[in-house]
Amino acid sequence: MGKPSDLVQGTLDLLILKTLSLEAKHGWAIAKRIQQVSGDVLQVQQGSLYPALHRLEQQGWITAKWAESETGRQAKFYSLTEAGRKQLESETANWNRLSEAINIIVQEA
Amino acid sequence: MRWLHKLLMQLRMLFRRNEESARLNDELQFHLEQQIAENMATGMHEEEARHAAMRSFGSPAVLRDQTRNTWSWNWLESLFRDARISARTLRRAPGFAVMAVVVMALCLGAATSLFTIARGVLLKSLPFRDPDKLVMVYEHFHGYDSNREAFNYNVVSPADYYDWRTQTHGFEDMAAWRWDKFNFSGEHAELPEVITAAAGTWNFFSVLGVNPVLGRIFYESEDHPGANRVVMLTWGLFQRRFGGDPSVIGKQIHLDANPYTVIGVLPQSFAYPDATVQVWVPYASGVTAEYLSYHDHHQSHVVARLKPNVSLQNAISQVEAVQHRLHMENLDKPVAEDAVSRPLLDDVVHDIKTPLVILLCAVGCMLFIGCLNVANLLIARAATRQKEIAIRGALGAGRVTLIRQQMVESLLICFAGGALGVLLSFVATKWLTSAWKDLPRTEAIHVDMSVLAFSFVLICLSALLAGLLPALLSTQKSAFVALHDSSRSVGGSLARTTLRRTLLTIEIAVTVVLLIAAGLLLKSFARIHDADLGATTTNVLTLHYDLPKRQYDQPEKVVAFNETLLESLRHMPGVRAVGVGSVVPGAGYGGDDVFTIPEHPPVQPGQDLPDAIYRMADPGYFTALQIPLLRGRFFTDHDRLNQSNYVIISRQLANQYFTNENPIGWHLHVPAWNSGLVDYEIIGVVGDTLYQADKPLKATMYFPVFAGYLDRDYTLIVRTAFDPLKFSLPVQKEIASLDPTLPMSEVLTMQQIIGESAENTSFSATILLSFALLSLLLAAVGLYGVLSYLVTQRTTEIGIRLALGAQREQVVRLMLGDGLRPALFGLVFGLLASIALTRLIQSMLFRTSPFDLWVFALVAAILLFVAAVACALPARRASRLDPMQALRTE
Repeated sequence: MGKPSDLVQGTLDLLILKTLSLEAKHGWAIAKRIQQVSGDVLQVQQGSLYPALHRLEQQGWITAKWAESETGRQAKFYSLTEAGRKQLESETANWNRLSEAINIIVQEA
Repeated sequence: MRWLHKLLMQLRMLFRRNEESARLNDELQFHLEQQIAENMATGMHEEEARHAAMRSFGSPAVLRDQTRNTWSWNWLESLFRDARISARTLRRAPGFAVMAVVVMALCLGAATSLFTIARGVLLKSLPFRDPDKLVMVYEHFHGYDSNREAFNYNVVSPADYYDWRTQTHGFEDMAAWRWDKFNFSGEHAELPEVITAAAGTWNFFSVLGVNPVLGRIFYESEDHPGANRVVMLTWGLFQRRFGGDPSVIGKQIHLDANPYTVIGVLPQSFAYPDATVQVWVPYASGVTAEYLSYHDHHQSHVVARLKPNVSLQNAISQVEAVQHRLHMENLDKPVAEDAVSRPLLDDVVHDIKTPLVILLCAVGCMLFIGCLNVANLLIARAATRQKEIAIRGALGAGRVTLIRQQMVESLLICFAGGALGVLLSFVATKWLTSAWKDLPRTEAIHVDMSVLAFSFVLICLSALLAGLLPALLSTQKSAFVALHDSSRSVGGSLARTTLRRTLLTIEIAVTVVLLIAAGLLLKSFARIHDADLGATTTNVLTLHYDLPKRQYDQPEKVVAFNETLLESLRHMPGVRAVGVGSVVPGAGYGGDDVFTIPEHPPVQPGQDLPDAIYRMADPGYFTALQIPLLRGRFFTDHDRLNQSNYVIISRQLANQYFTNENPIGWHLHVPAWNSGLVDYEIIGVVGDTLYQADKPLKATMYFPVFAGYLDRDYTLIVRTAFDPLKFSLPVQKEIASLDPTLPMSEVLTMQQIIGESAENTSFSATILLSFALLSLLLAAVGLYGVLSYLVTQRTTEIGIRLALGAQREQVVRLMLGDGLRPALFGLVFGLLASIALTRLIQSMLFRTSPFDLWVFALVAAILLFVAAVACALPARRASRLDPMQALRTE
């Protein structure tokens, strides 16, 4: 199993945006969700998750609001903005192009 | 929408930073709690779960910092932090802080002041419509002394101007103006005074695009000989004499006892050709039609406005063609072959450009020295903080962070100094503009946004210059070795000392250049002051008056007034001699005329005609001024009215045009003097005089005052037994008793007249000298600082040397050598640089070589002396060290 930090540069943003596209989540839930969906292949470290979340928030692609979590404690919930949705589309398209290209090369070799 | 979102976000991050910080902590805490809860769910104890969660979480402080780094304004926050730290460290060393700030304030203040002036004078466009389209057009003589400015850009004759205007098509319009002077008095001939005036063609103000604030400009019909006399007032006179009362329009004032109707008032911003002009009259109204037809009476300045789609070259080549034709048609007269032009702004600031640029360079040098000095001080301080910096580095501060923090310190110093300097410059600019007599366009000089922007940029550059080198040096990899050092180090950092010595060498070299430039200018100033005018300058009072034609309309009346005046003054107690003439030596050019010598073969057409300055003199003129008679005789009382066709020539004229001949009894034919009706017999040769103390010698011819020329200016000369200024009131009273309406002006001693020509040189020289002295002081302080630092660094070493038996003198020699080496290197580099650079100020030097040995030697001596004094104190301190104590010090 590769280390989580092996995430391709910039893909963490894509993963976060994708994860938030369904519903608003707090940081912990985002990390858990990525881990679960990837079948424990991808583990997001707090050291990269929170800087990324704050960066995306500064960029205006996600927005945050404080709400009660499932445990009844106040937590910061992130959700996708309209601009974030567009960004997700373009990053998804980018990713598809990139991974296809890599696939072609890897399979030919 | 996204930009709005981002903006709101940024505002929130700026203004609610603490709140956001708390929330970030809360968010991270929540994450930790979730992790603990999960760990407990897998069956861990609470304590165990907490530890496991903390382990996987890592350092919360680092995470918080990393996250905060993504926030906007983070740079601002760290800047504030650095500023806070720097301010605290500066407060702990107030001596250093105050000194550095004062140095920067002086340097930045001076730089801002000079930039304000240079910008106002040289860069701001003139307050006219489309000023870039305005040029001055001059006649251009190829021959004569073509190295002389006056002939390269020669003022224009009236007829040439009229021909240019009517026969060329490259300019939208051309206007002309000339200087004039009037006895001015109010409507009822009250309060007479002599004022400077200008006479401009009717289209002059429309060519410039200047509109009057009151009334109107001249009509074309008013610009003819014999037309109704009208006058426009400048704003200054309008306020001063008429209290700004608009009803002055239509009223009459008296100029030279003639009534003139006031038709307009010029705006306050209008100060062309300079601020001394009080009134404007039409160009042609006060003169004869014959005068306007002269091609060889050069006195007008021509302003032209280019047509939008015509190049200057095209336009001026048309003028050149016309002028060449005029030259060919008037081969027997001094009519220039060619015409030249220069932009109006260049023309206005022409004389001041070189001194101003030199002073700007000088102030730049001083600022440079100031920065190096602060850099030097910072290096010394960095040395004492080496351990602190090393510890910071060991704790993880990056090099950029360390450099930034030190840069912030120099930024703080420069900003404090800059703010103080800008305040200083307000005062300094005001003082400079009022004290600098020949500075044109003072009305355009004031501090504005672009000046402040300039200062800001200058401050930042200074901070960079002063801070970067020390910061780079103290954060080098090797700098962290400080932590390995034992607390007792022997000998200082070599790199640091070398850098400080290099900075000092540069500082001293630049100082030497400044000192030499100032020295040369001062010497030049002294030369002007001591210049041998060829006439006495002690105990001579001069006084200016002119006899208006309206009142003194007969040669007999003119002669009678002058004679009566001289006679009454001659008997005044304490008066040694009196005389009257047109201009005295040292008081200016006056004017020149070409002449021919009928006894000589005629000058070939196309060759340059002989040319000399003209003067009027009475029989007593030469005796009063102690100008020696070399041959023949002076004028006598009998050389008067129509028996006065005599001329006296100067030795220069005799040498130039009568080689190996005795000129006495020969004649001069002067076409422009008295309409050239008669030839003047040469009756005497007198010693040479200078027309201006800082100008070369020029051939001169003297005509008798008692010929009774009408409408002339006179200078009265009174040589006295003691302080001539004591005579100014009695003499003026004497004149007033003869004619109470006659205003007098320029009551000056000969010393004062010379002083006026020296004044401009002396002003630039004084300013430059003060910059140079300040630089010298800075260099001395730098030298002292470096050597003191070296002594402290080498205390242990010196202690060992002393303990091993070194003599005190040896220690002094060792330290002096250390300190004087950069001074010597700097001196040599400075002298070499001066040899290369002083040529640039040659045009400002009068009878002083740019390589004047005395100045170079004196500067070298002063510098070495100051350097020795600056080094002697620390060196002495080193030799007085108690070896035991020195060995024990840390």
